Amino acid sequence: MDWHLLISQMLNGLQLGLLLFLLAAGLTLILGIMDFINLSHGSFYMIGAFFCASLMAITESLIFSIVFAVIGVFAVGALVERFIVRRLYKNDHLDHVLVTFGLILVFDTLAHMIWGSAGRVIPLSDALNGQIEFGGFVIPAYRLLIIVAGLTVAVGLYFLVTRSRLGMLIRAGASNRSMVSALGVNIDRLYLVIFAIGAALAGFAGMLIAPITEASIGMGNEIIIVAFVVVIVGGLGSIKGAFYSAILIGFIDTLGRSYLDDLLKLFISNQSAETAAPALSAMMIYLLMAVVLAFKPQGLFPPGGLNK
Amino acid sequence: MFSRFKFITARVYLGFTLLLFMVPIVTSVTGQDFYLDLLTRVLILAIAALSLNLMVGFSGMISLGHAAFIGIGAYCVGIPAYYDIHNGFVHLGLAMVCSAVFALITGAICLRTRGLYFIMITLAFAQMLYFTFVSLDEYGADDGLVIYKRSEFAGLLNIENATTLYYTVLAVLLIFFVLLHRLVQARYGRVIIGSKHNEQRMQALGYNTYKYKLVCYVISGTMAGVAGFFLGNFTNYISPEMMDWTHSSELLFMIVIGGTGGVFSPIIGAAVFLLLEEFLSGITIFWHLIFGLILIAMVLFGKGGVHGLLLRWDEKVTNGAGQ
Repeated sequence: MDWHLLISQMLNGLQLGLLLFLLAAGLTLILGIMDFINLSHGSFYMIGAFFCASLMAITESLIFSIVFAVIGVFAVGALVERFIVRRLYKNDHLDHVLVTFGLILVFDTLAHMIWGSAGRVIPLSDALNGQIEFGGFVIPAYRLLIIVAGLTVAVGLYFLVTRSRLGMLIRAGASNRSMVSALGVNIDRLYLVIFAIGAALAGFAGMLIAPITEASIGMGNEIIIVAFVVVIVGGLGSIKGAFYSAILIGFIDTLGRSYLDDLLKLFISNQSAETAAPALSAMMIYLLMAVVLAFKPQGLFPPGGLNK
Repeated sequence: MFSRFKFITARVYLGFTLLLFMVPIVTSVTGQDFYLDLLTRVLILAIAALSLNLMVGFSGMISLGHAAFIGIGAYCVGIPAYYDIHNGFVHLGLAMVCSAVFALITGAICLRTRGLYFIMITLAFAQMLYFTFVSLDEYGADDGLVIYKRSEFAGLLNIENATTLYYTVLAVLLIFFVLLHRLVQARYGRVIIGSKHNEQRMQALGYNTYKYKLVCYVISGTMAGVAGFFLGNFTNYISPEMMDWTHSSELLFMIVIGGTGGVFSPIIGAAVFLLLEEFLSGITIFWHLIFGLILIAMVLFGKGGVHGLLLRWDEKVTNGAGQ
């Protein structure tokens, strides 16, 4: 077995998992607390990447660009909540699906109008483009940065949710929505803030991945479905669940793609293993979700106090 | 039974059906073949929308994976054609059997869940199928397959001819409409409508709502499989992209535009959706922006879609006459 390959694949899995977590953290709160299905959450991922690319072209400072792009996506998220999403909380899920699908069309086209159809590259400085040696292993510096940034945000979110007043309201909202409003909390403002924070986190994920994949139209439309899988597997409204299941799914997806054919060859003929492996590895996360939904519909880590 | 045609809603739907019959005549006189193609597509997607509305409108099951059945139906044309089997009865039979079996297996699992979870699990199964076909290199993987010859019906029906294809699809659409119309009126239909509004009450009355809903899921999936059979034949090309979740959302849009309350209304919805798409895309390359905004506005302000509008009109007329 090639240990270097294994380690680098595990880092890739961790990286994917952390990106998924950034997307899923907002999604799980929006679903768990507001009971709102936001298909357009992936648009914030795309908007973040484009904002960052444009700021980068002007300022040439990655840190500066990210900070201002996050603020920008937060503002876009707040506007979307205030003027569109807020009208829909009382409607049924069908309306949520339709309106947010309409929003995807709107955002994709706006991005096309503003940034053109080609997509934008975010250039990295030489230091970030380099490699870091780590006990005999060579790791691309930027991938390490993604992992560090993702973990930092995860820890930050943990403290926000467990230690702050806003976090207390979020946890209370996730376990008993109507009680929170009965206690006189300004629900409108709480929802606005949660939605905008979720949007900003998704945007941040887009900014992190953009230097590798470049910012492109519709980049969020595939990964958002995976983020939904993360949310369902983790349990609606549970940040902790979203974290564990994001890492789990990141690993399953990455390692499945690279090792499933070898694993299958132990049981079936080489030829059929090579045919079945790609299909099976792409399907695995959806299989996981179907199994979780069929046997433990509240998810693997439901938020505390949710007795449904 | 003709007494119902005193209502505007029924008259509009009847008029619309007559218009659909006239389309090939008009296009052949004016030489606008393009519009015949466009309307054939409308009719094919109307079959899919009609079937989806049985689940969404009447049974309250919101599926975000309906495009999977269209894909199955289309591949049931494409894969046999790849092996030089062009018999249409085989294609159609396969399409119906495969989509029914897929519906039965996935439906049995999906129906263990409800609400949001149902939406997500139907999506998950569609994604699984999508990725299965993406990884089938033999059948073109991502690029799909070109179908060089349309299904042959032993000389009975030549669907290579655009007009014949149009009328065949129209006939199937109307047969499905009548079937669903009867189904919804029948005891079976009353049970699924009842369980949409209050499932526990239906269970208390002794109905096994799970079985009723599963049958509904299978009927709906099979009909969508037939739509896929026609779509594969119509486009002469199949690819996994047909099963993409965005197409499932588009089907949901069609039924909401038409109004989920009626059996016929998804046909109108499909027509409005595709004609609007065609019209807007001719104006600007950024037409998705206008389209998206119109769709959002329709959900926010257009309660009940076209069907709701017509019903309100009827109500006004009836009330006016009574005074």
